[in-house]
Amino acid sequence: MAKKLSRGVAVVGVGMSKFGAFPGKSSRDLFVEAYQELRQSVQKGFNPQEIEAFYMGNFSSDQFENQAHLAPIVASWVGLSPVASMRIEDACASGGVALRQAVLAVASGQCDVVLAGGLEKMTDLPAARVTDTLALAADTMFEVPAGFTFPGFYASMASAYLDEYGADGEALLRVAIKNHENGALNEKAQFGQRISDVMASKKAKAAQKGQPVPEWADEIAFLKDGKANPMIAWPLRLFDCSPVSDGAAAVLLVSADLAERYSDHPIFIIGSGQASDGALAERESLTSVPSAARAAAQAYEMAGVTAQDIDFAEVHDCFTIAEIMAVEDLGFFPRGEGWKAELEGKTARNGEKPVNTSGGLKSKGHPVGASGIAQVVEMWKQLNGLAGARQLQPQPKLGLTHNVGGTGQTCVVHIFERRS
Amino acid sequence: MSDCNLESKSFFQALEQDTLIGSRCLNCGHLSIPQRTICRVCHSDQAEMVEFSGHGRLAAFTVIYVPPTEMAEAGFDAKNPYCVGIVTLEEGPRVSAQIVNVDLADPSKIKIGMPVRKTIFERGPEDKRKKVLAFEPA
Repeated sequence: MAKKLSRGVAVVGVGMSKFGAFPGKSSRDLFVEAYQELRQSVQKGFNPQEIEAFYMGNFSSDQFENQAHLAPIVASWVGLSPVASMRIEDACASGGVALRQAVLAVASGQCDVVLAGGLEKMTDLPAARVTDTLALAADTMFEVPAGFTFPGFYASMASAYLDEYGADGEALLRVAIKNHENGALNEKAQFGQRISDVMASKKAKAAQKGQPVPEWADEIAFLKDGKANPMIAWPLRLFDCSPVSDGAAAVLLVSADLAERYSDHPIFIIGSGQASDGALAERESLTSVPSAARAAAQAYEMAGVTAQDIDFAEVHDCFTIAEIMAVEDLGFFPRGEGWKAELEGKTARNGEKPVNTSGGLKSKGHPVGASGIAQVVEMWKQLNGLAGARQLQPQPKLGLTHNVGGTGQTCVVHIFERRS
Repeated sequence: MSDCNLESKSFFQALEQDTLIGSRCLNCGHLSIPQRTICRVCHSDQAEMVEFSGHGRLAAFTVIYVPPTEMAEAGFDAKNPYCVGIVTLEEGPRVSAQIVNVDLADPSKIKIGMPVRKTIFERGPEDKRKKVLAFEPA
């Protein structure tokens, strides 16, 4: 039996801070920025006193900012006390899970108006401590002592994937090139540069310093250059990895029957799914993320749509291989064909299934707890024709978000619909 | 049998004695690494400890150039990388472990599917030295 939401849920406003490295700004400052933008985005306005609950995704403010119990603090800084406020921690899926909890709160009838948000302030810690903090999302008893890092887990999945399907590793580089192309059109992205822009700036820098100017035949040659793009965890290089980021995002959810009061162009959340899994070594597959396929199946069933119906998606490309597995787990392409789809440009903005039009985690940035909410910001923009230079044509009707925690110990999927 | 030996830390106590352990569900026979009291297949809480042969095949791997603190303390860095991977044991379950005695200069020569065998060794600086599970080409 398909599980349905007990009543409809609509998004009536969204906002996000710029993503990047912001010394001197704390996570609460970034959330204030996101919330101010959200307020502007609600077409007919709203009274903050209508908000009945605040679900906040955050992975590790404890480690990153020496601060636990962050949700009521953030609520206070956006003037929402005494509203019920809670922090949701599911690693990189914290934002997506916070969204789901907010959806369920509205669908259950307990709340009519709910704020869902996400935030992370990562760049204050030195790189080695960031690596250790991110590793807390894995099993620190059995996986981390073996020597795994997060790039290492995904690199291992990449080695297994490339071997199982005889895939061309160039597909990984194509994911990076595409997502940087998209991110260059997103004013909120951490990297506003195409790979070709990165190459040009490296050349200019070398010339300026009087050093020999490097030459690359094309972007692929650049990305294969060990000096320009060093190996992090074989076969993944620097440009296969999402960055360390600061940022925040927020969305306002209301029950569908109230949506008109706030906006003439709400978007509706029609499917939601979530699943979990054990450590990577315990999975039935090392070349896919089983929790993603399960979460997607739940969301499709709830929404009454199929993968073929989805016009575009924001997927969790924390590493390039993650996007290739995601487009298979979500059913956009058959098993073992995701890498070909990336090579053939099928996930580009003008392709048959555009993926990560925002630039994805790869280029937009990955402030861990904010990523799952920032994906909804892109849903809002694309579905409402507000995405500017990266706007999909024709304007899409159905979009999907896919947010993964760890290596897939958590995955949450949502489906969004425009009806106007 | 609700055996306290199936608690999570006993895996490392066994490693100190050079053995690789896990559990077998007494109801459905499912094998698990690390050992579990409750079976994730049939949900029975009747399980026994088993020792694995330590023979298997490499299922996935990477060579790490940017190590976590624990591996940095053991002497690894970008110029001295290490291999870590997942091994499918001949008995069936998979386990995460360091992979040693492989060509770190050219990871493309490390082959998925190659036979490996366990080698348990001491790793880490003197005050944090402990036995860790690793595999090497068989």
